[in-house]
Formats: sequence, C-alpha cells, structure tokens
Amino acid sequence: MLTADVPQVSRWRKLREDVLAADLQTQAHLLQQAADAARATVVQTISRAGLGHVGGDLSVLDILTVLYAAVLRVDPERPDWTDRDRLVLSKGHCAVSLYTTLARCGYFPAAALSTFTGPLSELNGHPDRKKVPGVETNTGPLGHGFPFAVGAAIAGRLAASQRRVFVVLGDGELQEGSNWEAMMTAGHRELGNLVAVVDRNRLQQGDRTESTNRLDPLAPKWRSFGWQAEEIDGHDPVALLQALSAPASGQPRCLIANTVKGKGVSFMEDRVEWHHKVPSQDQAEMAIAELTR
Amino acid sequence: MTAGTVAAAPTFDCRIAFVEELRALARDDERIVAVCNDSVGSSNLGGFATEFPDRLINVGIAEQNMVGVAAGLAGGGYVPFVCAAAPFLTGRALEQVKADLAYSNAHVVLCGMSPGMAYGELGPTHHSIEDLAWMRALANLWVIVPADPAQTRRAVRWAAGDVGPVYLRVGRFKVPAVTPDGTPFDVGRASRLLDGTDVTVIAIGTMVSRALDAAALLRAEGVSVRVLNMATVQPLDTAAVLAAAQQTRGIVTVEEATVRGGLGAAVAEYVVQFHPVPMRLLGVPGVFAPTGSTEFLLEYFGLTVEGIATAVRELAAERD
Repeated sequence: MLTADVPQVSRWRKLREDVLAADLQTQAHLLQQAADAARATVVQTISRAGLGHVGGDLSVLDILTVLYAAVLRVDPERPDWTDRDRLVLSKGHCAVSLYTTLARCGYFPAAALSTFTGPLSELNGHPDRKKVPGVETNTGPLGHGFPFAVGAAIAGRLAASQRRVFVVLGDGELQEGSNWEAMMTAGHRELGNLVAVVDRNRLQQGDRTESTNRLDPLAPKWRSFGWQAEEIDGHDPVALLQALSAPASGQPRCLIANTVKGKGVSFMEDRVEWHHKVPSQDQAEMAIAELTR
Repeated sequence: MTAGTVAAAPTFDCRIAFVEELRALARDDERIVAVCNDSVGSSNLGGFATEFPDRLINVGIAEQNMVGVAAGLAGGGYVPFVCAAAPFLTGRALEQVKADLAYSNAHVVLCGMSPGMAYGELGPTHHSIEDLAWMRALANLWVIVPADPAQTRRAVRWAAGDVGPVYLRVGRFKVPAVTPDGTPFDVGRASRLLDGTDVTVIAIGTMVSRALDAAALLRAEGVSVRVLNMATVQPLDTAAVLAAAQQTRGIVTVEEATVRGGLGAAVAEYVVQFHPVPMRLLGVPGVFAPTGSTEFLLEYFGLTVEGIATAVRELAAERD
C-alpha cells in the first residue's frame, strides 16, 4: 500500500484554499492550469509505460481536477476517514488520470507514477484499492462503479452522514446494463447524496458511441429514471465547479459533461485510435509542449 | 429418505436458522444489513424487514446491481448479507463477486439460498450445481457449506466478524442435525464426525447425514469408514485431507453439485499432488440435471446412502 506524501498534501490544501477564495476568472485559470499539468503527466506516464488509455484520461481530467481541487471533502492523510466523500472512477481503464490526480493531492508520492504497470507496481493498469490510497473499489470491467456508488450513497443515508458520493462514468460504459439497474435503484430511492458525471466524449474503443449502440437522447433517459440531469461543458472548470458544488437535493443528479476525447492535444482530439494508442517519444514531447505552453 | 436411515430423525430447512441468527445479530450490531433481489420471501427475510425496515435493501431483480450495492455498503461501514437464490447470485453476478468483493477485499457475505437441486422441478436454469466451482475459482473468498441448522448459525455469526468476503451456501432441502452439540464447527477445519480406518467419506451440506448413514450401514458389513464434514470448502483443510489419504485406503467425496470444480475437485487436486489414493467423486457428473423433485434427483444421481456405500465398497475392495 502506498502512503501519503505529506508535503504534497500541504501544497494541495493551499491550491484548494486559493481556488475557493478566488474570483471566477482566477478559479478558471487555477483549475485549467492544474488540469493541463495533470494531462502532461498522464501523457508522460503512458508514453513511458508503453500502455494506457490516453484519450479517455485526457477527456476526464477537468472533471477529476475540479472534484479534487474544490469539491470533495476528503483528507489524503486519512484515506479511511469514515465520513469522507466518495469518488468512484467507474471508467477504471482511465486509471492514470486518477493516479495522477491522487498523486497531486498527496495520497502517494508522484514518483510512483513512473512505475505504472511495471513489475509488481502498486499502480496496476486498473486501480486497486488494496494498494492505492484514495481508491474506493477496484474497477476495470465496465459497469461496476455505479452500483458500488449507489451502495455507498445508501450507506451514507443509513449512517445519517453528510458525506456525498460521486461516480464518474464513461459514456460508452453506459452500454453495460448494470448501470441502468443502478440508475433505477438510485432514482427509486431518491438518493440526493449521489452525483453521477458522464464523461460524454462520444467515442468508445472501436467507434463513435452513436454508431455503435446509440445513447442519445441521454439526459431524458436519466430523467425518466428519476434523476435530475443536465448537460454541461466538461472542459469548463467554473461550470463544473458550480454544478458539482450544488447542494444535495431530493433526487440523484447526473451531469452529462460534454468532453473531447484526447482533449488538449491537437493530434489526439476526437480521434478514435487514441483510445489506447501509445504516444511515441516524439509525440509525447509534442503533446506535452501543447499542454504546457 | 432412503432405506437404512433413521426415519424418525427430525429435519430442518437451514434458511430458518439462517434468518433467525441474522436477526439476532442485527439486534446487537447496527452495521448488519440485508441486501436482496426481490427475494424477501424465498430468503425468509419478512421478519427481518419488519424488524429493520431501513436495513433491508431490496434492489429488485438486478443481481449485478445487488452485489455492487453491497460492496458500496461495505465501503460505507456496513456488513451486508446478500440473500438471493444461489444460481442467480453466483452466475449472474459472477464478475461483481470477482471484482467488487473478492479482488477488492470487500467484507460482504453472499448467502446463496436454495443451492444445489433445491429447485429440482424448475429445471437446470434454477439448479445451482455450478456455484461451488465458480466461487472456488476466485481467490480471497471463503466458501462455506453448513450441513445443519447449528452450523448455519455458527457460520452466520462467524461471517459477521472481520473475515473478508464470504460465500455461504444456505440449504433449503431439509436435513437432520449432524453436528455434535456445542461444537458445530471451527471454520476452516474439517470436522471428523466418525473415525474409521478403511475409507474416508468427505461430505458437505445435504450429503453429510447420508454419509453418516452409509458409514453405519457399512460398519455392519465390516467396513470402517471415516466421515469428514468439510463445511469450509475454501480454503480447504488440507491437513485433514492428507491425514485421510495417509490413514485410510481411499476417499469418496459427496456434494450436491457438479463434480467439476467443487468439493471433490478440491480434494482431488490436493490428493493427486501430495498423497495419491483411489478416489470416487460423487455429485452431478458434468451434465444438466433432468427435472424432478430434489429427492428424485438425488436418487437419480446416486447421492443416497446406498450410492455412497457402493462407492465406499469399491474403494474398500481395492485393498491390496
């Protein structure tokens, strides 16, 4: 099991204070900067490992960055704190985006990222809660995180806790039936402490979601299952922050975050092959240059 | 009952003991919750629902969701007992059992109700003869098959402790009490219900009483049979298996399940590597069972006192 990087936790706390105290423009700048820095780390990590799901990592990073930098009530030094908010990355193949985000919060030293998928590394290709602090459940096969999150939300309610539960889903992942079972249960039970965020990048491994097994009209589907659902720009940090910070209500809430797969790297954006293609050294350098300019 | 058994012995549906113990446990420990798939009736959870309405989480007919929800409840500090018919719990939600419970090490107790051929007349879709093989293939999962009400109670209470993920097979087919008073079982250890020197019978669940009856029958024929109740199928008590292989001439395993991958396979995997002796694996021989009552199907597959005795005689006859 990896352990906390305490100085990094302090830096994360400072960023969080700065974001929450800032005006909208500064918030946008700070969050954008943090997300792009994480993107550069993702590209570097995957390039070095020769393995990973770069497209979906890049599309989800604004969502994860905003959650960890300004929304979730968590303490990286106490990953087992009972009343922490729960974040479940159901699209577990985008583990590098989660690992990078957790490392930036100080859950574990960023140096560990260089071991990603290496022999006996704690950082498996899909997250393992027994090895990585901050991971709530082991995901990888799709359609697993959402039922877990529903159970976590029921637990929070049974315990009369203020904790909230956030589950981040891929859009292609919604083709798994277990998600609709979970959606039905959450709607039926009016789990207002549960928020689902769909990383709606419109691409899955082999093709566009709408060419493969159509999801649209997506928001009405969620609403018909008893959810509040709204579409937002999944790359607008301020919009994400406001939507994710909205207080719990009497219904579970879904944010359909419209995103671009491969976001931030011109030659990867919205291209299906970058689902899990690995950037060469040259490509990684070009990508990082774009992300850090 | 088959000829040769003590016809007067009272028999019990282990689901009753199961739910009584679960309710008793829930009164003392508010972390205990029940999760089910519209199976309030078939799991006998009605009383639990009345007593703890908020702590019975019925997700409807959705087994994958049910197991995932249970994992989330465990992550939120609760101890979920997932109660559902064994074939659907283990088959439909197999990947959730693997990833969300066993691999994630989530402390959830899966209670497979009406296993084996309890739903005999309903046909192979509703038979749960593969559950032991499926569950046993997973790392980090206890597989417990109580043989009578006392063992069932003990298993429920044990499973509520901090033991990690558990599959508990809760029988519906009525069985007599077979465990000695006061010592229902040590989880993880075989219990030697009868000692013997010629052949060992290793049985679980509904088959334990039949193994004891077969041993009684054979004693009259001069064959000395050791009977082990292997209520913990995983991890297997290999010391008890090794002792059986060393101290008797052969081993018969008996289970109300397919012989592919369950108790018999577990014993054979060990025996063949560390102390080969002749074996017979009694169970469903790798086929889908026909339709019929549970009693009929047990007879059909020779899972009877006479069937066990025949297998023992064969091994006893192999003495050098």
